[in-house]
Amino acid sequence: MAQSLETNGRRLPKRKTTRYERKKELIAYSFLAPNFIGFAVFTLLPVLFSIFLSFVKWKGGSFDSMQWVGLGNYAEIFKTAKVAEKGIGYLFTKVDLGIALKNTLFYTLITVPMTLVCAMALALALNKAVKGAVAFRTVFFFPYVASMVAICVCWRFMMMKDGPINQLIMALDGSFNKSWTADSTMAIWSIILVSVWRNMGYYMVIYLAALQGVPQDLYEAATMDGANKWQQFTHVTLPQLRPTTFFASTMLIISCFKIYDVVKIMTEGGPGRSTKMLVTYIYDEAFSNFNYGIASSIAMVLLVIVLIFTLIQFSMEDKYANN
Amino acid sequence: MSQIAQSNAGGIRPNHPALAVVGRVLLYIVLIAVALFTLIPFVWMLSASLKLDREVFSYPIRWIPEIFHWENYSLIWSKVPLLNYFKNTALIAILVTCIQTLTSSFAAYAFAKLQFRGRNTLFICYVATIAVPWQTYMLPQFILMRSMGLYDTLWAIVVLQSFSAFGVFLMRQFYQGIPTELCEAARIDGLSEYGIWARIMLPLSRAAIATLVIFTFVGTWNDYMGPMIYLTRDVNKTVQVGLQRFIQENSSDYHLIMAVSVCSLLPVSIVFLSLQKYFIQGIATTGLKG
Repeated sequence: MAQSLETNGRRLPKRKTTRYERKKELIAYSFLAPNFIGFAVFTLLPVLFSIFLSFVKWKGGSFDSMQWVGLGNYAEIFKTAKVAEKGIGYLFTKVDLGIALKNTLFYTLITVPMTLVCAMALALALNKAVKGAVAFRTVFFFPYVASMVAICVCWRFMMMKDGPINQLIMALDGSFNKSWTADSTMAIWSIILVSVWRNMGYYMVIYLAALQGVPQDLYEAATMDGANKWQQFTHVTLPQLRPTTFFASTMLIISCFKIYDVVKIMTEGGPGRSTKMLVTYIYDEAFSNFNYGIASSIAMVLLVIVLIFTLIQFSMEDKYANN
Repeated sequence: MSQIAQSNAGGIRPNHPALAVVGRVLLYIVLIAVALFTLIPFVWMLSASLKLDREVFSYPIRWIPEIFHWENYSLIWSKVPLLNYFKNTALIAILVTCIQTLTSSFAAYAFAKLQFRGRNTLFICYVATIAVPWQTYMLPQFILMRSMGLYDTLWAIVVLQSFSAFGVFLMRQFYQGIPTELCEAARIDGLSEYGIWARIMLPLSRAAIATLVIFTFVGTWNDYMGPMIYLTRDVNKTVQVGLQRFIQENSSDYHLIMAVSVCSLLPVSIVFLSLQKYFIQGIATTGLKG
């Protein structure tokens, strides 16, 4: 529509409109400029630069020391030669990138469903005429705005050897008596727990908004047909919430792949490499080892993963919008 | 809305009133249990911050300290330049929020209501970068900022946060909902484009601006990775990285760490509790900013 207006404008006698049009365009650019200059310099340029960096070998310093290596960085992070020799299992057990991918994937696969189930359950509960619903909603949402460093360090302390959580476990059966973040199997679970705890309130709010949009006559019709509570849930509520669930899960998957803060504060990627994530790996290579090319090629792996999910989301959104 | 809720609850079969009561009670028990689970870290944090160092991990756990050691809170001010951290963070958060809201509502007006060449291409650029995680380009951004002499200055964080594509996107969506006829009418009445933006668009977009302001402010206040990369001198640190530094340097002073943590949570908690309605509305309508 906007496009057609523009072309219509151009089809009119040109000599008279050009100056007027040019002035209008200048005004439009003046609106755009303050944001666009900042955006172009600090976002667009770095994005393009990072694609370029993934093909060079560079330790920082002068630009002369940059060395074009083509796909060399990718071969290096995937250890293609070794993997070709020893099989794909080698990638996920020995290679940093494989381990980071595996950890991130594991974390995502557990965190996403857990968060969504908790969020949906809370939203369903609060959607009933509950006394104090606003207070409950505020409480559930609060962790999402609380600053990461404070809550993560608090959880880390609570999960220490003699902390309240192990005291609870000891009271129940007493088999676990280690600091969670120092144990190579429990460390990732501590991160999952904190993430679910933090995010469920946010997605609860999204579900609550979606539940408001479910038409009531669907429930009435279902009741007339003799559907019980559970059948109403599986045949009315769940299908009606499907677009929201889809949207929320892609958003959550993307944010899970970007996890860094919780890991940094709680485990520093350890013990060993047991909680090393993609972004932790990027950070280490970029700011500790100064392997700028390697760091950028790992960043591209992250980018591709995130873009795949974004594209899936876009295409499905179109599908839902058309239905 | 309460009607909706009522009819939902009516799903429990009316011929089992006892069952309905049991269901209600269970519902409240579950809600209260989850609320406790949500709040327990904060309670524990507060409780630990009022204890002595050796009491923090006492067995069995004491939720209410024997003696309230309020002096922990006076002690931390001499150990850590918390006030300075607060000042830096507030400065960054306020600057970012102002620049972000102003420039993005400005740009969004052009995208939504003005005609110019390259409009669609430019907008696609904006939308595409929303999908690009910051972590993928933080390194080139860092190299760039360092070469501009912004490393270890508050300005680095300000420019890093201020020009997000998300703000433009959000405001544009909102402006598109405002009828173009309003702008046309104003143009005929002789208002310039700047006048239309200031007198018509801004006042009409209060809800969107409130959302943007809140999320920018909280996001900037809680941002950890950016300040961690850029700010190294103690005078420049924000609350988050300052707290992290304090944790690293006093790793076994659990009570003091918790006291500093409580302090670091206070400002955002106050903002959230007083504006929580807008938070909820903002998420419900935009659903973005994951």
